[in-house]
Amino acid sequence: MDFNEFAAYAYFFLVVFLVVVTYSYVYHLYTKRKDSSGVDYEHYSNMALKDDIGDTPVKPVSKSEEK
Amino acid sequence: MENRPLEYDYTVAKMFMLTTIVLGIVGMTIGVFIAFELAFPGLNTVLGSGLAEYTNFSRLRPLHTDSVAFGFTVSGIFATWFYVGQRVLKVSMAESKFLMFIGKLQFWLYVIGVAAAVVTLFMGYTTSKEYAEFEWPIDIAIVIVWVLWGVSIFGLIGIRREKSLYISIWYYIATFLGVAMLYLFNNMEIPTMLATSAAGETNIGDWFHSISMYAGTNDALVQWWYGHNAVAFVFTVPIIAMIYYFLPKESGQAIYSYKLSLLSFWGLMFVYLWAGGHHLLYSTVPDWMQTMGSIFSVILILPSWGSAINMLLTMKGEWQQVAASPLIKFMVLASTFYMFSTLEGPIQAIKSVNAIAHFTDWIVGHVHDGTLGWVGFMIIAALYHMAPRVFKRELYSKSLMAAQFWIQTLGIVLYFTSMWIAGITQGMMWRAHDEFGNLAYSFMDTVDVLHPYYALRGTGGLLYLIGFFMFAYNIYKTMSSRPVEESELQNASPMGA
Repeated sequence: MDFNEFAAYAYFFLVVFLVVVTYSYVYHLYTKRKDSSGVDYEHYSNMALKDDIGDTPVKPVSKSEEK
Repeated sequence: MENRPLEYDYTVAKMFMLTTIVLGIVGMTIGVFIAFELAFPGLNTVLGSGLAEYTNFSRLRPLHTDSVAFGFTVSGIFATWFYVGQRVLKVSMAESKFLMFIGKLQFWLYVIGVAAAVVTLFMGYTTSKEYAEFEWPIDIAIVIVWVLWGVSIFGLIGIRREKSLYISIWYYIATFLGVAMLYLFNNMEIPTMLATSAAGETNIGDWFHSISMYAGTNDALVQWWYGHNAVAFVFTVPIIAMIYYFLPKESGQAIYSYKLSLLSFWGLMFVYLWAGGHHLLYSTVPDWMQTMGSIFSVILILPSWGSAINMLLTMKGEWQQVAASPLIKFMVLASTFYMFSTLEGPIQAIKSVNAIAHFTDWIVGHVHDGTLGWVGFMIIAALYHMAPRVFKRELYSKSLMAAQFWIQTLGIVLYFTSMWIAGITQGMMWRAHDEFGNLAYSFMDTVDVLHPYYALRGTGGLLYLIGFFMFAYNIYKTMSSRPVEESELQNASPMGA
């Protein structure tokens, strides 16, 4: 196998690998729906909608910040 | 002062809003002028042949591109960052004297850098690399400004109250990292005072001159890896950051699918960096690299439309807002133009289409429906949304804004339609030949045919510029219009008649 042939196989398998990774990510997002800390991804939109400095953060940095 | 409630501090955002507007006027005015130069070449010597050096197309063209990209757009990116960054991280610039100092330092260094760039380009000092014309001392100043912005981004993130980073912040970080990488690698250059020529000469030329470290095909490859990704990380990524914040906020609607925004982000990050090869189709770069550039350009439709559709669907059930608010109109049309130009680009990147499109005005048309429709409209909308909040006053005039919207939209339509026709006509005429293979037309034949379209393009640009002056006036008058209460600033921006 010369270099070009190797590169062609490597390229093909890289594309397959990336397709699998992408679709796994889609599957993960839509089946789990929540991230590792239990927050529904869609709630993160509130970071923009409730962004006054006094608003409660969606996920506060420290527990003491929670109101 | 102890009991005063904490507020967001928009000092630096306001400074960059000013440069956004000023440099927008400078860049677009030069753009309109050089557009008319192409239609009416006499304008090249409008101030007499003695001053033709300063008024000809080739001297002014880099001033146009650099001032709209690195002046207007980059200022807009900074202005919105210093606004959005604080709000979605729920932390005020007033809480850190250090970050406030860094922000102001970044602004003043930026102004000095811009002034140096404008003066040197006017004088004709250039490295001759497209969108990277600045000589090395200015490059270094730009790198410092960029590093300071990085300190602001990560400094603000470091003291945030909101643990998760909103999707816009991801896009701002990507802008920072992407441009840093691209700028450094494309501008690798050696000052000529340090070089020795083949004949043994040393200390060649002025101290500020430099030569690129790349030559030939390598130079072309690095240049278009840079050039195309400058479009990615200056004209796309930060503008998506803006629309993901300003459209939901102004309309009061949650993003249609936050999950889709995450997916599109990673898609865009992976795919965009490989597409630059489409600028070098039918050139001396290896064939597989050209093919890769084409393929990745076509794949790029997916993440681009993922973001754009997400924005349009955010308005689901709320389309009456588009009719009612000129501010929402700007953003919805920006998103539509984003879809449009991210479909057009991949089509042009297909090899057989590129055989007609390459080097023609169709490319110029493509760039401008993206920049005028998507970038320009989104930055204008962002500043309109920010103005009442940073000045605590209602927007001066809704009807003026609506008039601006329609005048500029007409301008864009005239611009890209004339360039489509001109480009395809040009491409077909260049290729046409008789049965013996002799070219059917000379270059001058095409110039004659294209004249009306060039005049139309100039007119389109002029309409857009007129709209931009209306925008500047509206923002200026907002500073002294009716003061508003905090409660009026939740979603839809307050506007005077």
